[in-house]
Amino acid sequence: MLLLDLSVPGRRGYVLPELDVEETPIEELIPEAYLRESDLGLPELTEPEVVRYFTQLSRKNHGVDVGFYPLGSCTMKYNPRVNEDIAAMPGFSRIHPRQPESTVQGALQLMYELDGYLAEISGLAKTSLQPAAGAHGELTGLLIIKAYHEFSGEGRQRREIIIPDSAHGTNPASAQMAGFIAREISSNSRGGVDVEALREMVGPQTAGLMLTNPNTLGLFDENVETIAKIIHDAGGLLYYDGANANAIMGIVRPGDTGFDIVHFNLHKTFSTPHGGGGPGSGPIVVSEALVDFLPDPIVEYTDGKYHLVRPKHSIGPVKAFYGNFAVMVKAYAYIRHLGAAGLKRVSENAVLNANYVMNQLKQDYYLPYDRICMHEFVLSGKRQKELGATTLDIAKRLLDYGVHAPTIYFPLIVDEAIMVEPTETESKATLDAFVEAMREIAQEAKDDPEKLRSAPTRTPVVRLDETKAARNPILTRKALV
Amino acid sequence: MEVRKGLLYSKEHEWVQEINDSVVRVGITAYAQDQLGDIVYIELPAINAEVGKGDPFTVVESVKAASDVFSPVSGTIMAVNETLEDSPELINESPYDEGWIIEVKCDDLDLSDLMTAEEYALYVEEV
Repeated sequence: MLLLDLSVPGRRGYVLPELDVEETPIEELIPEAYLRESDLGLPELTEPEVVRYFTQLSRKNHGVDVGFYPLGSCTMKYNPRVNEDIAAMPGFSRIHPRQPESTVQGALQLMYELDGYLAEISGLAKTSLQPAAGAHGELTGLLIIKAYHEFSGEGRQRREIIIPDSAHGTNPASAQMAGFIAREISSNSRGGVDVEALREMVGPQTAGLMLTNPNTLGLFDENVETIAKIIHDAGGLLYYDGANANAIMGIVRPGDTGFDIVHFNLHKTFSTPHGGGGPGSGPIVVSEALVDFLPDPIVEYTDGKYHLVRPKHSIGPVKAFYGNFAVMVKAYAYIRHLGAAGLKRVSENAVLNANYVMNQLKQDYYLPYDRICMHEFVLSGKRQKELGATTLDIAKRLLDYGVHAPTIYFPLIVDEAIMVEPTETESKATLDAFVEAMREIAQEAKDDPEKLRSAPTRTPVVRLDETKAARNPILTRKALV
Repeated sequence: MEVRKGLLYSKEHEWVQEINDSVVRVGITAYAQDQLGDIVYIELPAINAEVGKGDPFTVVESVKAASDVFSPVSGTIMAVNETLEDSPELINESPYDEGWIIEVKCDDLDLSDLMTAEEYALYVEEV
């Protein structure tokens, strides 16, 4: 049901006051060619009807404000409301990107300080806050790797980016977008990069390696320093995909383990809203040697003032103006609110929560990599599949328990993967309720797998035909009515 | 899951059928389509394109994932199964017959490192 369907001609929610000035006919103000001839076609409703319509729509949705949301790799943590208040302060929300520097010193100071905090957290030198999302950060980082090799005269030769098979799908896509050839490296039995295979793979063609650490199995690669040495010895650079940075803040700094470029997802690690809740932000931080290649502009502080500066060999702007500024304000507020000790506790609790849930569930579900995990872990639904209920069925059944499904069928290297990331913001009671739901579902898979195959039954819509939706998508309302 | 006798198989789960001395037909196995789930899209390669052994020549998208399909031989693509463009589900329904993907002409046909049906059946069991 759309608002248009509820519309009744003449119904209104707002009455404008009588016009108290002389009315000028619109034909005198706008040339005839630009005047619309048809009706605007807006729905006509009362204000409470509109409010109820949107409130009811929102109740059909599941968000982190409604229930547990253990979507692996997405870090769906709670977003403190105070961050919204701060981002809405007029000094931040009512400024214009074209204002002269001297009138927005406060905003520039915030960007400069956020740049410094992210540099400190990553153990690197300087940040670009411009990229608008994680994958955009990846692309920006790769363009910097490219510019660096071109600058040293090896641009033509260094064409390959090495990416582990446990990486996010965005990594090979970003490498391709940046004009590189993506080469996949396999994982070893502990879920880390196969170091011997890496030695074989590197050479004068190597531009760099992209690593997510902890990786998408939720495992920390202990060989990271060896990996860094192999890549650096071959003349390549190391890119750190910060999608999983929620596990490491204040505990290990990627720069200290040899990485040259890091991206952060402010909307994951630093608690700004995801997706529809607001635009994303994927700042990148680089080592001293790469600062000159950063996107234009960066913020510098000289002579007691903040300035927007174009780095000497900049790859150019990667987004209009300065990036998604309001998101930066929220991340800044989050970092200042928690402080260094607080951020470290965030990571400790994220890891503790994941290990707690993993250990509670490993009797009922197959755990392919049984070792201490970081902020997330990957189960396999293969035992349940043998009983007639797949991972998809388990995920759908969880919706009936009021829980958002974990990430499923990813990473690809785990059969029937179920990837769970509880985050640090959930209480033990919430974690226990999730464990209980997962155990009941495991029991249902044994007793009555059909119950799982026909789930969900308690949601606003029941099982959707994903295949039909992908093969014959209905993209307009016209096609539906 | 059917492993058809008389075909040759790669470790990446492609099958190869010898049409004649220099032309082979290539598709993905019943096991591969089952792992992928319902296939919703395939990006078909161009006719006359060169493929190298082990190189990806197409991408199949299922409701679960997008996956590369690797060429088990080196040569020139002579034919592509254009029916798949509108009916990618044929790969699920008939992986060894109507769901074939490409035909490749090879100057120097080398199938020595591919598996027989018996070997592939064992290989799949171990995966």
